[in-house]
Amino acid sequence: MTTDREVLKLLEEVTDPEIPVLNVVEMGIVRSVSVGVHGDVEVTITPTYSGCPAMRTIEEDIAEVLQEHGVSDFRVKTLLSPPWTTDWLTDGAREKLRQTGIAPPEGRSADKNLLMGKVRAIACPRCGSEQTTMVSQFGSTACKSLYKCDVCMEPFDYFKCI
Amino acid sequence: MTPQELQVGLYRLSDNGLILGQRLSAWCGHGPALEEDIALTNTALDYLGQATLVLKQVAVQEGLGRDEDDHAFLRDSRQYHNLLICELPNGDYGFTIARQYLFSAWYRLFLEKLSTVSDEFMAGFAAKALKEVRYHHQHASDWVLRMGDGTTESHTRIQQALNVLWAYTGEFFEFDATDAALVETGCWVDSGSLKSAWEKEVRALLESATLVVPADTWFQTGGRSGRHTEHMGHLLAEMQYLQRTYPGAKW
Repeated sequence: MTTDREVLKLLEEVTDPEIPVLNVVEMGIVRSVSVGVHGDVEVTITPTYSGCPAMRTIEEDIAEVLQEHGVSDFRVKTLLSPPWTTDWLTDGAREKLRQTGIAPPEGRSADKNLLMGKVRAIACPRCGSEQTTMVSQFGSTACKSLYKCDVCMEPFDYFKCI
Repeated sequence: MTPQELQVGLYRLSDNGLILGQRLSAWCGHGPALEEDIALTNTALDYLGQATLVLKQVAVQEGLGRDEDDHAFLRDSRQYHNLLICELPNGDYGFTIARQYLFSAWYRLFLEKLSTVSDEFMAGFAAKALKEVRYHHQHASDWVLRMGDGTTESHTRIQQALNVLWAYTGEFFEFDATDAALVETGCWVDSGSLKSAWEKEVRALLESATLVVPADTWFQTGGRSGRHTEHMGHLLAEMQYLQRTYPGAKW
């Protein structure tokens, strides 16, 4: 294994254990990869939420994928700053979320209205209607809140914008 | 700033989340509604994650080969530096929410300021935790409004909770020699400077919730220096049981 790009490609095999349709690269969890002169690899990751229970699994999964591909000299480093934001989710990742029935984050994290409860309309990932109601700010995982659609009546998860 | 002062500062940061997270975890399976059960346990998870990040830093600073679990589970009561309000028993849902509101209104202001200090770890941690605490604050604010301006029963209960908790809010704004040493080296915040902003916000919310802001009287103190209420020993006995009984046990 020689280049950063090749390592990054390998890491696309590592998915988020709680949202298996997304890999850790398109989620913005992998911040950087650097390959040293002796072929030693350093992967820098950042947690989505401080208490996200998936982080340890992700770290182990990264180690496993690297080892499987013959990379034995590596280390996985955790970096807190700058803090992870949903702005780093790629467009492809957002579309994958929608197709899985999870509404992707709306807007940008710098939009203060989101924190003041003036949430813009969240479209139902199933029928596309914007007539939806928040059931709970906190959902099945730290990164999601719970909504229901007032048109098709289905409940759905919304990936919170942070 | 001495290494000891830095360690106390880090404990003051980690232990609020660790102890309040332990308290909130006890609501798991007992919340008044499924959504609230999930909300409080999610909040607890955020707090415990934040405590883990800070205790890892304590372990690095200390350099004795101990890890974050050692610091979480193997200290004695006097070595914890959390605010007393965090260790109080949960009471009813009104009490838990009133505490969440008073605490997160302060914690949010504290983290906002801490995110601007020059110390890289402190600022990075604060910016990270702030994103989570804003949600906790929003959640607690909504419920204070709903309960205060709700039924006679909910109004009475949350008012009673506020009256009891008020004596524990003075500790938010304490500032001692350790804090001063940390501020001087750019890794801490003078919490006293946050008092007027906190009071203004709390007053406005409680008034719109038709609640009475309790009068300032004598304030409880001690937690930040390791002097705790009678509840702390019981909390630790439960929290530390497994690691004390089976040292080094791992999942």
